[in-house]
Amino acid sequence: MTPVLIVFFVLAALAVLGAVTLIAARHPIHSALALIVVMVALAGLYLLQGAEFVAAVQIIVYGGAIMVLFVFVIMLLNAGEEERTSVSRIARIAGIPLALALSGFLAAAVLRFSQAAPQAPVAASSTRGLSLLLFREFVFPFELTSFLILVAILGALVLAQREN
Amino acid sequence: MLILKDLILNHLWIIPLLPLLGAAINGLSGLFGAKWPNKAVNAVALGSTGLSFLAALECVREFLNLPPAQLARPWVQQYFTWIAAGTFRAGFDLQIDHLTIVMLLVVTGVGWLIHIYATGYMSHEGGYYRFFSYLNLFMFFMLILVMAANYVLLFVGWEGVGLASYLLIGFYFLKKSASDAGKKAFIVNRIGDFGFMLGMFLLFRTFGSLDFVTVFDKARELPADALGQFGIITISCLLLFMGATGKSAQLPLYVWLPDAMEGPTPVSALIHAATMVTAGVYVVARSHILFTHAPTAMLVVACVGAATAFFAATIGLVQTDIKKILAYSTVSQLGYMFLACGVGAFSAGIFHLMTHAFFKALLFLAAGSVIHAMGGEQEVTRMGGLSSKIRWTYLTMLMATLAIAGFPPFAGFFSKDAILFSAFQHAPGGQFLYAVGLVSALLTAFYMFRLIFLTFHGQPRFDEHHVHVHESPKSMLGPLVVLALLSIVGGWLAAPSFWGGTDYFSAFLSPVFGAEAAPEAATALSVAAEHSLEINMAVVAVLTALAGLLLAFWLYLRKPGSADQLAKSMRGLYTTLLNKYYVDELYAAVIIRPLVWISDNVLWRAVDAGGIDGAVNGAASGTTAIGDRLRRAHSGNARSYAVWVVIGAILILAVIFWPLLKPAAGMVP
Amino acid sequence: MVPANYYLVLSAILFGLGIVAFVFKRNIITLFMSIELMLNAVNLAFVTFSQVLGKLDGQVFVLFVIVVAAAEAAVGLGIIILIARHRQSLNVERMDLMKF
Repeated sequence: MTPVLIVFFVLAALAVLGAVTLIAARHPIHSALALIVVMVALAGLYLLQGAEFVAAVQIIVYGGAIMVLFVFVIMLLNAGEEERTSVSRIARIAGIPLALALSGFLAAAVLRFSQAAPQAPVAASSTRGLSLLLFREFVFPFELTSFLILVAILGALVLAQREN
Repeated sequence: MLILKDLILNHLWIIPLLPLLGAAINGLSGLFGAKWPNKAVNAVALGSTGLSFLAALECVREFLNLPPAQLARPWVQQYFTWIAAGTFRAGFDLQIDHLTIVMLLVVTGVGWLIHIYATGYMSHEGGYYRFFSYLNLFMFFMLILVMAANYVLLFVGWEGVGLASYLLIGFYFLKKSASDAGKKAFIVNRIGDFGFMLGMFLLFRTFGSLDFVTVFDKARELPADALGQFGIITISCLLLFMGATGKSAQLPLYVWLPDAMEGPTPVSALIHAATMVTAGVYVVARSHILFTHAPTAMLVVACVGAATAFFAATIGLVQTDIKKILAYSTVSQLGYMFLACGVGAFSAGIFHLMTHAFFKALLFLAAGSVIHAMGGEQEVTRMGGLSSKIRWTYLTMLMATLAIAGFPPFAGFFSKDAILFSAFQHAPGGQFLYAVGLVSALLTAFYMFRLIFLTFHGQPRFDEHHVHVHESPKSMLGPLVVLALLSIVGGWLAAPSFWGGTDYFSAFLSPVFGAEAAPEAATALSVAAEHSLEINMAVVAVLTALAGLLLAFWLYLRKPGSADQLAKSMRGLYTTLLNKYYVDELYAAVIIRPLVWISDNVLWRAVDAGGIDGAVNGAASGTTAIGDRLRRAHSGNARSYAVWVVIGAILILAVIFWPLLKPAAGMVP
Repeated sequence: MVPANYYLVLSAILFGLGIVAFVFKRNIITLFMSIELMLNAVNLAFVTFSQVLGKLDGQVFVLFVIVVAAAEAAVGLGIIILIARHRQSLNVERMDLMKF
């Protein structure tokens, strides 16, 4: 049991626990906080794999911006505890089994195929390599995503203005 | 004339095309609003038919001037290929041989005379242009029929004349009985045509082609079927004959011909006496090679012919409508022609066809003249004493009656005598056929002279003040006279040998029918014995005709009223005959009513409304029902959508990964 | 050395949990959060594969996913606010107008 493995299991357990809490929690704010825990755990896992830039971005953008947005909205809308209404029939009957089936499938597929992977950090330092890749091969999608953000801003503005 | 050498022979299509043009021009003239004057219609119709007749004459001249080697075979002209499918080829091929020549001259010649008559008869009728258009159309199809060089083109003409007949019978289409008669003619013909088509299919299957030349050459090589054996050729011949019974009004498909008298009289003369109804005889004569290979079929033909001759004659005895009498007479005479073909005397049959065309057309045209003179009256019971008032009509009609009764030296005597003579010598059953034919001849003479005496002699049985009896115009009388002359001299073409004449007609047709050797005699007869037999039979025939005449004279002139007493004393028989043996009613009950019932209840209700509509509408309503169920998936509930997405995702993953997920060696987790 | 399958199995588990959350939660904001959970699970898989294959393309893709998730969250939450004000409720069962 190497230390790395222990750290992995801890982080993994944290992530799963967070996910379960997200499901089990009754108040949406608890679910949001649980999700933040999941993201932090995942950031840790990225770090474990040597993807520092991604880990940092995960925490800054996902945890620091998106989740904050979620929390703001929950508080804005004064979301209360969830009511007990009926779940659609198909969901109740097939929901968990299907989810199990799906993940089981994926897991089985994965387990059949992958081999022990080299866990060395990727050649070329992460940030430098990423930026080189981003601005050379992936410059077009990059520009597209900036355009996408622009559109999202406009959309948010328009939606917010509707109230007038 | 060198430039025009063989002009028509190389361009045979001219002969049928001319009437077609006439039909088109006259028919289209009706489209342009302003009515053409009758003179213009006449010019087109008479011109096209007359030119066609001249072209036919020229064609005959050219054909007979061909070198003798070519005369032995038909002269065939192929114009274009109409159907080419696999090994089957049906072309628009026309042919000329001796048989065609006879038919061609009869059709164009008698046809042209009837056209001339019609210009007078129909001059006061509406739809004048339409009448002549249809009449020319009929000529076109009839010419195609007789000039065709294969069964398919013949069938085209066959159907075409049926169409023209329907159009012309129902010419007064506003009259229900006329349009019904037209439909009846067409439908009954169709039943016969069904047999004809089956016969054609069978012939194609057997011989691989439907060209006359090919089929007959191949058939000559085949062995003949035995009597009583139903080989392929016998069955084909029987099927072809089924078509002939429809078209030529034999038992049991004769029922349309009496009803067809609803059409104008020139139509009855042309189509239902001289030309269309003889198409069946023509087909049998044309296919004589096939028929001589099928003795069973020949026997059937002969028996049906004889039976029809007798049957129709009995009905004609008591009819009172002048045209109906003549209609049944036509059916009866056609029976004679088939009898001739059935016993192997094909040229005698064709000879009777020709003479019959002359005197029957004359009879119809003269009857039309009488009807015209009487202002539309058609019942002989309301005529009488017309002989002095319409002299020309009377005389010509008398000539025709003498001809049909079989008095020498008129045409009918020679042709009928030839048929009876051949029938007598036929084995088996020749004597019986002869007896039937002889009795029918007696009946024929009787009812024809009954017609003459009731119409022209005795006291007038109509109100002379109301009906102004007048003679017909020259346009109508002219053809009557010409046909009367032909009825007199037409028979001299085949004077039998004991008279010292030569049988020109049979000799003329010998390249087609083969030397008309005397049909197998029951006993071998020497030439002298044959001569004496012929003389005996001729005498018997004349005596029979005379007996018929005298009987009619006695019953209707000497002792008028005795006919009615006779009818009263044999009430049952009389009524049966008057009602045509109730055949129409029988057909209606046994065939038509069940068919209509089946169409109504089975085919319409069950199959069409229930089955087909049910299937189509059912598909639609089924789709709607399924759609109704499926739309419940759109619940608006996002979460159930997600479930469906997951299900779909699992399915796709399963499809992709399943083969790979099977336990396989070499995969290390 | 953590074998790559462990990461992938974890990713699969998280994805499945995300689906369960999506199916069973009633609050629409929670639904959104479960979508974010699923996206994160996928990100984990991407990073793992980038590690396995030794190329950085996977991480680039992760960046893109994060950006898209951000944009989506912004606009989506804006719409949620509008709907919630309109329907006076955050229960997704009440938002079922687009149906048969």
